[in-house]
Amino acid sequence: MRDIAIVGFSQRQMKEFDGSPTCVELLVPVFADLFEQTGWTKSDIDFWCSGSSDYLAGRSFSFVSAVDAIGALPPVMESHVEMDAAWALYEAWVKIQTGEVDSAIVYGFGKASAGVLRRTMSLQLDPYTVTPLWPDAVSLAGLQARLGLEQGAWDEQAMAEVVARSMTDATTNEWAIRKGETTADDVLAQPVYADPLRRWDCAPVSDGASAMVIAATGKAETAANGAAWITGFQHRIDTIAMNGRDLTASPSTRLAGEAAGTDGVDLAELHAPFSHQELILRSELGLADDVRINPSGGALTANPMFCAGLNRIGEAAQQVWSGNSQRALAHATSGPALQQNLVLTMEARA
Amino acid sequence: MAELGTLHAPLKVEFDYTRSLGPTLSEFMSGLRRHQVVGGRLADGTVVVPPPEYDPQTLDPVKDLVPVADEGIVQSWTWVPEPVKGQPLDRPFAWALVLLDGADRPLLHAVAVDSSDAIETGLRVRARWSDEPAGAITDIRWFEPADVASTSSTTASTGSTTEAVDGIISPVHLDYDYAASPEESKFFRGLADGKILGQRCPKCQKVYVPPRGACPVDGVPTTDEVEVADHGTVTTFCIVNVPFLGQKIEPPYVSAYVLLDGADIAFLHLILGVEASEVRMGMRVKAVWKPRDEWGTTIENISHFEPTGEPDADFESYRIHL
Repeated sequence: MRDIAIVGFSQRQMKEFDGSPTCVELLVPVFADLFEQTGWTKSDIDFWCSGSSDYLAGRSFSFVSAVDAIGALPPVMESHVEMDAAWALYEAWVKIQTGEVDSAIVYGFGKASAGVLRRTMSLQLDPYTVTPLWPDAVSLAGLQARLGLEQGAWDEQAMAEVVARSMTDATTNEWAIRKGETTADDVLAQPVYADPLRRWDCAPVSDGASAMVIAATGKAETAANGAAWITGFQHRIDTIAMNGRDLTASPSTRLAGEAAGTDGVDLAELHAPFSHQELILRSELGLADDVRINPSGGALTANPMFCAGLNRIGEAAQQVWSGNSQRALAHATSGPALQQNLVLTMEARA
Repeated sequence: MAELGTLHAPLKVEFDYTRSLGPTLSEFMSGLRRHQVVGGRLADGTVVVPPPEYDPQTLDPVKDLVPVADEGIVQSWTWVPEPVKGQPLDRPFAWALVLLDGADRPLLHAVAVDSSDAIETGLRVRARWSDEPAGAITDIRWFEPADVASTSSTTASTGSTTEAVDGIISPVHLDYDYAASPEESKFFRGLADGKILGQRCPKCQKVYVPPRGACPVDGVPTTDEVEVADHGTVTTFCIVNVPFLGQKIEPPYVSAYVLLDGADIAFLHLILGVEASEVRMGMRVKAVWKPRDEWGTTIENISHFEPTGEPDADFESYRIHL
């Protein structure tokens, strides 16, 4: 295996992006940030890979239009996944492992505010017996939350504490949408919205774009910003059938965590778009009580589709660069109610 | 001038997906059409509704389909205060995981109750069937508390057809608020004033019409606004002979790339006012604008392009724009 490091990360997130669904206007400054961080130029990048979905904003071939932001002349080697860009990062990581390329920029973008996000997300469900009913994403999480509440797997207090910690930590995150000093009592004082969920239990609808640079050893050391070396990178998936698995658990998270290796992790950025899902993830990953969770505020404070997972990895990498973490874990999720999960571990090296 | 926001317009995306069914789901949908729920018995003996097509343990096709009841108990539920389009009810309702009598795994469906106080885990609910079953999951309109008197027949009233259901049609209707980019918004506002605005890349100096957020060559924002002429040169074209749904002009007619004078990228428009067979590469053409009182922030302000009568442009003048 080749040693590969994260050497650049930039993000933009907002409640509503007043611009085109290709998000080119967001990606151009994001890429400029990456070149400034690394001291590299376009010619240093061997491979580009993006994550986005045309269903999100109703723009066909938006990922092709987004290539404008790269400035693709001479032509670039480029690929795309209709998934969170964390999975685009996986593709780029594999591509570097093959030895075909040494460096890559991975980016994700989405303008969820153009449509009704919780409804659009119904399109990822079983198209025969589920999607025709249009079960929305918030409701599916609500069914999951109640199962755990009534079976005693977690309680309202634990959910409220996740929300309070997230919003409080997000106070210093310039890109967070929902933030501010908050206590669990503040959370529990909020009205129930989609019983059993309060609005704050659910990630805010968010627009945004983000991008990351990774490179193999030999190249990565020349980046100006620093390097967070990837030590484990795995993803697993559970069945699409909502009744085919125990919704209070996430076997795919557990398997991905075991395969990636979570020993010695001192910080974790977990992609939990609903408060109770963080509780599932912490349990499945077996994270010790002293592991710092989501210092960025996490997805409950901003959850731009198709980049929120990559943002977890980027936030963790920033903590490694700054010396706040020696060994960090980042997680991304996709699909309904934590169906598919990705775990990446990274470390600082002297 | 004060900075205006971007232009927005509603956008509808619609498509009816026609999906064929394998034997397992065909039997499930055929059952629904006669108001009968069937589950699949897996190798471990559990009965799952809807039946999975393959056994998740043995990976064998699920062939043992057994009838289950159309009533059962709520295993989990969530309240929907603001239903979205296409859901079983357009007033607040609950989603529930319903464990039907005779099944071991729950079915996801709606439960019609007036408030979240009227539902709880363990509640007994019964299917409310459609009077016009089509062989789809929506043949169960929703579930309702089993103590409510049944108002629909429990057996299919439309049993005239006995053929198996071998497909479903799933309409997808999506509504968006579509925004033009800031550059595109300037372009469309320019058209409303009878101007064609492009933008110049500060690096390569190329002028893009319509303007884009970034120069696709250099990847930098195109910042300088440039007005270009409403006449130019046909670089390439095609003659449309094939009729299609929604066609506004009778074939044959010509769609062409027109390189406007002052622009570095051609844009697509119609060439009318000349026999299709007369249109050629290099032909000089000019915009024919609609009457001013019909103008809006749209490219349709230009009805079409027509020949100017000037001599054809030299091939070398547009060779690099092909």
